[in-house]
Amino acid sequence: MSVAKPLPHDAAKLHVTGTARYIDDIPVPADCLHLAFGLSTIAKGRITAMDLDAVRNSPGVVDVLTADDLPAENDVSPSIHDEPLLSDGSVHYLGQPLFLVAATSHRAARVAASKGDVTYDEEEALLTVEAALQANSRFEDGPRIYSKGDAAAAIDGAARMVEGSFDLGGQEHFYLESQAAMAMPQESGDVLVASSTQHPTEIQHKVADGLGVPMHSVRVETRRMGGGFGGKESQGNALAVSCAIVAVKTGRAAKMRYDRDDDMVITGKRHAFKISYRAGFDEEGHLQGVEFLHLVNCGWAQDLSLPVADRAMLHADNAYAIPAIRIESHRLKTNLQSFTAYRGFGGPQGMVGIERVMDHVAHDLGIDPVELRKRNYYDAPDNRVRADNTTPYGQEVIDFELHGMTDKLLDTSNYATRKAEIAEWNAKNDRLKRGIAFSPVKFGISFTLTHLNQAGALVHIYQDGSVHLNHGGTEMGQGLFQKVAQVAASRFGIGMHLVKITATDTAKVPNTSATAASSGADLNGMAVKVACDTLRDRMAAYLSEQHQCDAASVRFEGGNVHVGENVIPFEKAAAQCYQGRISLSATGFYKTPKLKWDRIKGEGRPFFYFSYGAAITEVVTDKLTGEYRILRTDILHDAGATLNPVLDIGQVEGAYVQGAGWLTTEELVWNDKGRLATHAPSTYKIPACSDRPDVFNVDLWDGKNREDTIYRSKAVGEPPFNLGISAWLALSDAVGAYGDAYPAINAPATSEEVWRSIRRVSDGV
Amino acid sequence: MTITFHLNGEEVTLPQVASTATLLDWLREERGLKGTKEGCNEGDCGACTVMVTDDGGSKSLNSCLLFLPQLNGKSVRTVEGAAGPDGELHPVQDAMIEHHGSQCGFCTPGFVMSMVAAHKNGATDHDDQLAGNLCRCTGYAPIIRAAEAVEEQPVPVWIENEGGDLPAPADAGAFSPRSGNELAKVYADNPDAVLVAGATDVALWVTKGLRQLDPVIFLDGCADLKEIEITDDRVRLGAMVDMNRMRDAVAPLHASYGEMIRRYASQPVRNAATVGGNIANGSPIGDNPPALIALGATLHLRKGDTRRELPIEDFFIAYGKQDREPGEFVEAVSFPRQTDVFRSYKISKRFDQDISAVCGCFNVIVENGAVTDARIAFGGMAATPKRAAHVEAALLGKAWDLASVKTAMGEFAKDFSPLTDMRASAEYRLQTAAALLERYYADVNGEEVSVLEISA
Repeated sequence: MSVAKPLPHDAAKLHVTGTARYIDDIPVPADCLHLAFGLSTIAKGRITAMDLDAVRNSPGVVDVLTADDLPAENDVSPSIHDEPLLSDGSVHYLGQPLFLVAATSHRAARVAASKGDVTYDEEEALLTVEAALQANSRFEDGPRIYSKGDAAAAIDGAARMVEGSFDLGGQEHFYLESQAAMAMPQESGDVLVASSTQHPTEIQHKVADGLGVPMHSVRVETRRMGGGFGGKESQGNALAVSCAIVAVKTGRAAKMRYDRDDDMVITGKRHAFKISYRAGFDEEGHLQGVEFLHLVNCGWAQDLSLPVADRAMLHADNAYAIPAIRIESHRLKTNLQSFTAYRGFGGPQGMVGIERVMDHVAHDLGIDPVELRKRNYYDAPDNRVRADNTTPYGQEVIDFELHGMTDKLLDTSNYATRKAEIAEWNAKNDRLKRGIAFSPVKFGISFTLTHLNQAGALVHIYQDGSVHLNHGGTEMGQGLFQKVAQVAASRFGIGMHLVKITATDTAKVPNTSATAASSGADLNGMAVKVACDTLRDRMAAYLSEQHQCDAASVRFEGGNVHVGENVIPFEKAAAQCYQGRISLSATGFYKTPKLKWDRIKGEGRPFFYFSYGAAITEVVTDKLTGEYRILRTDILHDAGATLNPVLDIGQVEGAYVQGAGWLTTEELVWNDKGRLATHAPSTYKIPACSDRPDVFNVDLWDGKNREDTIYRSKAVGEPPFNLGISAWLALSDAVGAYGDAYPAINAPATSEEVWRSIRRVSDGV
Repeated sequence: MTITFHLNGEEVTLPQVASTATLLDWLREERGLKGTKEGCNEGDCGACTVMVTDDGGSKSLNSCLLFLPQLNGKSVRTVEGAAGPDGELHPVQDAMIEHHGSQCGFCTPGFVMSMVAAHKNGATDHDDQLAGNLCRCTGYAPIIRAAEAVEEQPVPVWIENEGGDLPAPADAGAFSPRSGNELAKVYADNPDAVLVAGATDVALWVTKGLRQLDPVIFLDGCADLKEIEITDDRVRLGAMVDMNRMRDAVAPLHASYGEMIRRYASQPVRNAATVGGNIANGSPIGDNPPALIALGATLHLRKGDTRRELPIEDFFIAYGKQDREPGEFVEAVSFPRQTDVFRSYKISKRFDQDISAVCGCFNVIVENGAVTDARIAFGGMAATPKRAAHVEAALLGKAWDLASVKTAMGEFAKDFSPLTDMRASAEYRLQTAAALLERYYADVNGEEVSVLEISA
């Protein structure tokens, strides 16, 4: 059976030979137009004049469009219609698209777009959450509050209390392939769009609205993205809609790809938070009450900010059973890029909050931070002690794996011995100090917008036995296509060579959800299984009738169909079924069971199950400069019964480094005018090769999903991102070694931030 | 301008190439070779990496920072040419598949070409070889496993033979001089021309600044400007010495300088960037100038047949303003041979391929326990690379001990009023610069001073 086999990525050979095709690689007609946006140069105000003569006269320019030239709705928002494709006269952030240039080359379009002469009536911009809170500039009417018990009373009644506040920065996705789309005009105003998107259906929907046509007039195809990470869930809308409008208007193909700097200036990023907390606990460190205040920087448009901020609240407990908790979340509207989906979708921010509390409590009590965490863990299903093992939102935790995982990881990483050695080393070194930290992950799996938890698939068996596989999920590098193909091959008992994985296509599978929330394999794997099983049943029914045996006894394995005493190669069985006039095409549909969620009350079961992980990171820091390095990381991650161990380990390794990058070197800086100063890889520093841990041990927890998921596997896209929190906590541990005060480190912990924290701890500065 | 080069083993002659057309754009838009990717168009991500071979050997280069005229007489391999003529994969490609080195695949062609070049050269310092290739998916671990797996495997014949029969360069005209003398003449006659050495900076004027440059003089053909001369008295580096050759030359003499160049940009950028370019562009944060100032370097300038020399620190007058006349160019830089007490410390957000927030270079001579000479210079601390004159004065003649060091640290605020920007705050810059003197003192006393020296 191909499921669980360590097969490489289906496109690995295409990747290494440069033949994997991305949007900008698709051959286009010679008269294809290339698009670029003219961007605002202020963060807030109104346009008083826009002179585009120089743009129109720039070499190669074919057309220039403003909001007045759009054929239908001027909106690319995925939520509340508050994102004009081109400015309606108001400007909400620096980098907002004002006008659209169509030219004969990418460079000609960029050059022309830089020539706009725009004058503004500038207004004061809101650039921080504090300023937005002060101005009551927010989404929704007020803060969302989820609570359980009386947190304030519990904290006030506790033996001890810690409180604090810290900044948690955002994050640029830095997918290597910048946003891109291409549109080919079809007859009667229809359009075919190729888009680098995690959400082809959303592209189809927004293109249809932008053209003023029904969705059936728009077909969207996505073979692969050069990275997504949430950044291509909604941020590709503007490009696809622009291409479609120009293609339909001119009758020529139109392509748009953002230059890297434009991409970073225009598109949304991970939400930055300011988190304040109060925690009450007893002398043994049992949490009794916790309060969180989340100030969420949502940027200028709502986009996906509400579910992101919700998910942060839903992960404010992480792995800990907290008797009383209150989480207050303000979704603040500022004049910055519209912050958007990013791997973890708010979950990491929520989790950092409670891990910060744990770090602070352990420091306050002077007890081992791992022991403290274990004392507060939810109960394991086979060892229930707590009367209440529910989350702050009332979901019973019935699959808690972290007790066993933690013990195993402590053992394999040699944690206790190393911690003692580090203390000894630190005692002998003044300028350099090491730190080590553990962090667990409990991550809820399902879209919190319950209706999104559905998926469709389309499977054909051709008469030669080859299988054409399609589903609603998109491939952004995570190996989804390979995993799902492994499912299909397993259902038919055939080799992978017979299964063709095809581009996601809104004409094949309609009404799909974004490939997001780590749901890709769970949802689409199940939908494919359903389609395959429908076909198997049809084949079995026919073949068993032909061979006079019981249909239920027909088996598909080893490349053959076993029908009674007969062993028929799958290819022949397919041919026989075709000749027997059996339909060899089937759709499959799946919806996640057991979900019930009220996001206003904050009550219910938003998640089908939880994925777990645990990491231990060791670092070394320099007092003089704040420089640091990650020396070693050990990870144990729960992927359930893995569909493909090498793809899952690849997700874990990559997610850890990306998560650690978020909390260390990746700093977004805006100047006091709202201009993003870190708008290119020269100034925005994602981890490079040597930033990965020198020693990097990653293993999968040998478990099965207790819920009935596809082959009992678990979602693995986002959860391991949170393992990077251990790097930030390790820095806190190292900084703590310079003095007695709590480090109270902010994120990202750049060298400068570590340096400041060391000074606070050692000099009281 | 007409150029001739080899592309994946095939000779290509291009008449009338635009002087600032990049190889990347040409490959993708004209030649239809879409394997080479554009990730950032500024040499910071490596998705566009190709291997270029000339008589100096094979090296990885960013094709987004490479103007076509720079290829004249050279041989280019793109990812399409990594595999053999019969489609047989390069060992690096096999290893990348076997070790799961690709996920989304967009950075992969660039990684493959960096690895093909490193493998050909027998390089096994993988983190350094790949510092210019960013991957957002894998966390790099599987890529390094792939690189390690092929260390012992032979170089395939089609790569081994690359550069064995380099094409004769087309006659590219006066704006591609073949010597310092030719350059001196054409530049004196065209003092408004833009000089292109490695193009790692100038290319950004085109790709990001959207400028059109005309005329352009390409210096790459000036073989005499690539000479390195090390005598008993001095080290002389021609302006066109690239940073990797420079690293090889200075590392045996001043290990700390070599280590700083290891972290200077990235392998493909170091393969192109020249010491002359790094000085002449006058960046306040170029890492070579403070190092060369600390080593007491002399800058050699030439205009027509007139040559002059000046202490390198005098070249930097103000932000964007250097002591260079129209038509005058940097011919070489030299510094005296000396006992090695030189140390340089590069402080940046990321260790590799990052522009310094602060680059501090120290060269303190101690005789009989007292400081007899001190040359201390910084990048990132002022509008130009600058000596710490007050700090130096505070040390001069004093006992070389921690007390003197602490006293001198208090002088930094007299020498520098740094800026706050996206790399660091003014406060961090100033305080860290001073702390680096303390680090220097510990360093020359043989103590461990850097987190880079610590392993798990």
